[in-house]
Amino acid sequence: MLDIHDLHATVGEKEILRGISLSVGAGEIHAIMGPNGSGKSTLAQVLAGHPAYEVTGGSVTYDGEDLLAMDPEERAQKGLFLAFQYPVEIPGVSNVYFLRAAYNAIRKSKGLGELDPVEFLDFVEERLHLVDMDADMLRRSVNTGFSGGEKKRNEIFQMAVLEPRLAVLDETDSGLDIDALRVVADGVNKLRRPDNATIVVTHYQRLLNYIVPDFVHVLVNGRIVQSGGKELALELEAHGYAGVPA
Amino acid sequence: MSFVEQFRDAGPAWLAPVRRAAIQSFVDSGFPTRQNEDWHFTSTAAIAETEWVPLRDASGQVQADDLAPFMLGLDAPRLVFVNGRYTPALSALGRLPGRIRVLDLAGHWGEPIVEKYFGAFAPFGRDAFTALNTAFAIDGAVVYIPAETIVEKPIHILYVTDSEAAKGVTHPRTLIVAERHSVSTIIESYVSLGDATYFTNAVTEIQVMDGARLDHYRIERESERSYHVGTTEVRQGRDSRYHSFSFATGGALARVNLYTVLGGEGGETLMNGLYMLDGTQHIDHQTRIEHAAPNCASREVYKGIMDDASHGVFNGKVYVHPEAQKTDGKQTNNNVLLSETARADTKPQLEIFADDVKCTHGATVGRLDDVALFYLRSRGIGVELAKTLLTYAFAADVLERIDQPEVRQALEALTLERFVGGGAELVAA
Repeated sequence: MLDIHDLHATVGEKEILRGISLSVGAGEIHAIMGPNGSGKSTLAQVLAGHPAYEVTGGSVTYDGEDLLAMDPEERAQKGLFLAFQYPVEIPGVSNVYFLRAAYNAIRKSKGLGELDPVEFLDFVEERLHLVDMDADMLRRSVNTGFSGGEKKRNEIFQMAVLEPRLAVLDETDSGLDIDALRVVADGVNKLRRPDNATIVVTHYQRLLNYIVPDFVHVLVNGRIVQSGGKELALELEAHGYAGVPA
Repeated sequence: MSFVEQFRDAGPAWLAPVRRAAIQSFVDSGFPTRQNEDWHFTSTAAIAETEWVPLRDASGQVQADDLAPFMLGLDAPRLVFVNGRYTPALSALGRLPGRIRVLDLAGHWGEPIVEKYFGAFAPFGRDAFTALNTAFAIDGAVVYIPAETIVEKPIHILYVTDSEAAKGVTHPRTLIVAERHSVSTIIESYVSLGDATYFTNAVTEIQVMDGARLDHYRIERESERSYHVGTTEVRQGRDSRYHSFSFATGGALARVNLYTVLGGEGGETLMNGLYMLDGTQHIDHQTRIEHAAPNCASREVYKGIMDDASHGVFNGKVYVHPEAQKTDGKQTNNNVLLSETARADTKPQLEIFADDVKCTHGATVGRLDDVALFYLRSRGIGVELAKTLLTYAFAADVLERIDQPEVRQALEALTLERFVGGGAELVAA
């Protein structure tokens, strides 16, 4: 589904990704772990097409197409979803309008008809329970005045509505208490299907108790220095990142 | 014909000397130039160099249906003026409660309240446009809200100029007296039918007496080829509340002056506004809140959205007199530029002569937030719609502050129409 080959990316003059290669197949969950500043979040942002990062080398192929040639909205329309580490507040735009605009943009790109507000409301209300959120959040401004936990749940709620093929969760666990972490992880697990894939970017092993990965990769200094199965995460938890080869 | 050549004595005996003094004041000062600090960003040359023809008669062409787009969806008592003249056939006052009076000025120059308040608050000596209005005003609205009266529905004063008004000038004059402990809402609209080049030179004088509350909405949606100068002078009594909102989207050039004096203890002023410009439009707001008594509060939030090669100006002054201790003032002006060639100038000013006050101000000029733009795009929303949503969101923040629900919805709808082409659920609760 996703093939990253020798990916290099910079922000300003600084090279952050220094040759990343990674393959993700349908139905798989990959965890990317690493210390602060290793480039984990940059990788997530580059995959989503954040304009602040410049790709200086390598390739990313998504379902046989050149992902890097696509605008951010085109990537989303083709099923890529980034759950933001810091979800953005947009005062003045209601959640429900935002979500319907996104949902319909994706449908339109597939040649499907748009849902009207009433149809859409029925559809999203059914998805709300997945992340244990109240319907009144739909009328509130996007993430405005939300607690840290609510923002993260809202990301997973958006994921539940948009049903991506490839979800990238960028430090979705940071700032969550254990209950919120469970809710978020349960949501992700319920959305898992044989034809979609998930990349979980995290600093801590904790989240991986709930979202169990098939593969774990350790990112240090912009490179993947070690890959393995889920047991690798436990080793990292026990010994820290100091022990991994630089 | 120049303004001076147009001048004729007209009206009752008390008015003649006032008009003569006003025209003399205009002769002495002439139109303001950009050397004048208050006009630094706005040139009056296009107005000064045009020979405007005074409009004296309402056009007979305007039908009730033509006004539907300007009614804001309100079933409200309304006084309609076409090309500066009161038009009873289009007006509908219905049954106003109590002893409320809503009158046309042309038919009521002899009223004691007109003689008492005409020119009482809008000094023509320091403003050439007010001087011209004082010299030439022939019609307008007079609203008198008696003491202790609560008016549920907004009263709508609608000044319409139609396509027959080419090169015409009107000087609408509005007088509003809200007696003590009254509660009322007044909407003052300036709109166009057609796209004639004309000049509206309006003056509004408002007295908000002790304990009264007046919500005042000023809506300027004139033709993009028109010129608009409007000055509102407010005087507030003890414990009075004056809440104003200026919504300005029209005019080749529009200058909106909004001045209030908090003259009694415990008064409150709210001045909010939204201006949205495109093409080569120029809209300039000049506000002044004068704290002349202790323990008063003022809040001001103005937002501007400039596209294409338009130019928005905000100049807001909060002036605190030495005796106005415990003044609580906050002023904000935020502007967003949607194009490389749009421009905003903002000049918030505090002048404080009392020592025990709490006053803050702030201003920004920026572009749409890149991070928010990326967030929307990362969800599949195309870049154009994403920009539209963020632009609307920027405006919504100040529209949300409108207390009157029907007016708020109407102005939100007008804003949405401009940016999104509909979609009421966009509005967050």
